[in-house]
Amino acid sequence: MGGNAANKPELLKNGKRVDGRRVDELRPIKIVARVLNDADGSAYVEWGKNKILAGVYGPSECIPRHDQSLYRAIVKCRYNMAPFSGAEEHGRSGPNRRSKELSKVIREAFENVIIAESFPKTQIEVFIEVLQSDGGTRCAAVTAAAVALADAGIPMKDMICACAVGKIEGEVVVDLGKEEDNFGESDMPIAFSPRTGDVLLFQMDGLLTKEELARGIELARGASEKIRAIQFEAIKKVYEEPREERFLIIK
Amino acid sequence: MESINEIKRDTLSALLASGKRPDNRGMHDYRPITVQSGMMQNPDGAAIATIGKSQVMAGIKFDVATPFPDRPTEGVLSTSADLLPLASHLFETGPPSDESIELARVVDRGIRSSNIIDLNSFFLAEAKVLALYIDIFVLDHDGNLIDCSALAAMAALLSTRMPKIEGGKIIRGEFSGKLPLKGKVVTSTFGKLGERYFLDPSLDEEAGMDCRLTLATTEKHLCAGQKGGWGTVSERDIMTMLDIANEKAKELRALLPE
Repeated sequence: MGGNAANKPELLKNGKRVDGRRVDELRPIKIVARVLNDADGSAYVEWGKNKILAGVYGPSECIPRHDQSLYRAIVKCRYNMAPFSGAEEHGRSGPNRRSKELSKVIREAFENVIIAESFPKTQIEVFIEVLQSDGGTRCAAVTAAAVALADAGIPMKDMICACAVGKIEGEVVVDLGKEEDNFGESDMPIAFSPRTGDVLLFQMDGLLTKEELARGIELARGASEKIRAIQFEAIKKVYEEPREERFLIIK
Repeated sequence: MESINEIKRDTLSALLASGKRPDNRGMHDYRPITVQSGMMQNPDGAAIATIGKSQVMAGIKFDVATPFPDRPTEGVLSTSADLLPLASHLFETGPPSDESIELARVVDRGIRSSNIIDLNSFFLAEAKVLALYIDIFVLDHDGNLIDCSALAAMAALLSTRMPKIEGGKIIRGEFSGKLPLKGKVVTSTFGKLGERYFLDPSLDEEAGMDCRLTLATTEKHLCAGQKGGWGTVSERDIMTMLDIANEKAKELRALLPE
């Protein structure tokens, strides 16, 4: 959405998308857990050309103290984009209106699954840095943050993940790429708790019929099963192949 | 924190007096260093450098900008540093700290005053020049962020491609060769406690030391310097440190891409 109609490429041709994917096919996803030294938990996600780093601290003393709850841990979240992350001009450093909104909806998704009652008067901080963006950063961010939280040993009711669905050339497809996001007719990022099937994060823009909405949710649910398997593999690998040094290696 | 730092200072001081460091390194040794570059598609250049457990990413971006009024034909060079909250429990969210501004400015000064980038070649047209942004992203903090950031920035510059320009605009994703560079700038930072100084202070050593001195060098010159911390250094200290820095700079340059 928002792309200049004059430059719009043909997004769907003979059932194939601009990057050759089928309508229900995800971009390649790679997840590595435990890539940072000081953070209590961390994860690096490559999702298409998206490169996203998540770090988790806590449960720790709640600062400032007036933020704390007597009943549960407070979850804090910061989603931030590197000024060099986009394919276009140099961005501005620090939070903007978009990143603040995304920080809020991502925090709320995790507030549901983190067993916060176990840690009263503490805070759990989730920091997400988008090093390179390629459409669908918030879904990759949720996916990365969930692995980082698991790596930090934070008890959760479920390993959550997110995936966007959208509409291009009148067809509902999974995991919009940057061009599809720019020139498509609708974009709908959804985070699920796969265990219960509940929706934890839901945003949508563009136009969809009720049938298309149902088809989109079905597609996103199918995709999140695949993403969840990659998340589990990443966590397993931390223990199966322990590494002395925690370095971010980007290939 | 203050009491912990006092204990660290006493321990460090006792160790240094017997000619040792907490991790058994020599006084003029770096921790293991790695440099990787060119692994990103969207920035015009990028690199990650690690020194010990410190990790820093640097990203390079070109934009078209208006030149400064007093230098109408010169391109713009701008360096920023973010001490990301995920990098350390010591870093907080919010506006840039004094430390992050100092870090960016020291790295900037080394690159700027070495003249390895010909900013005059960034002139496009009347009131139109290229701006080169160096963004330093600290990912993990285990001390000596200045050397680690300078190394990441230099490696990123070495991997930087010049954007293709048509009609005074950057055509994103298309390039016209590598960024021409006239040398490699590296920095060497020393910590000092009492009368003793040591290269590449770790986070533990930083907590206990009195001050630090950073020297940025090219193959021929000293091109930037910065003292930080409340302690003092003597003229003789500075001269000896420069000799060591010049030797160590050869090792650091060898780690950078061509």
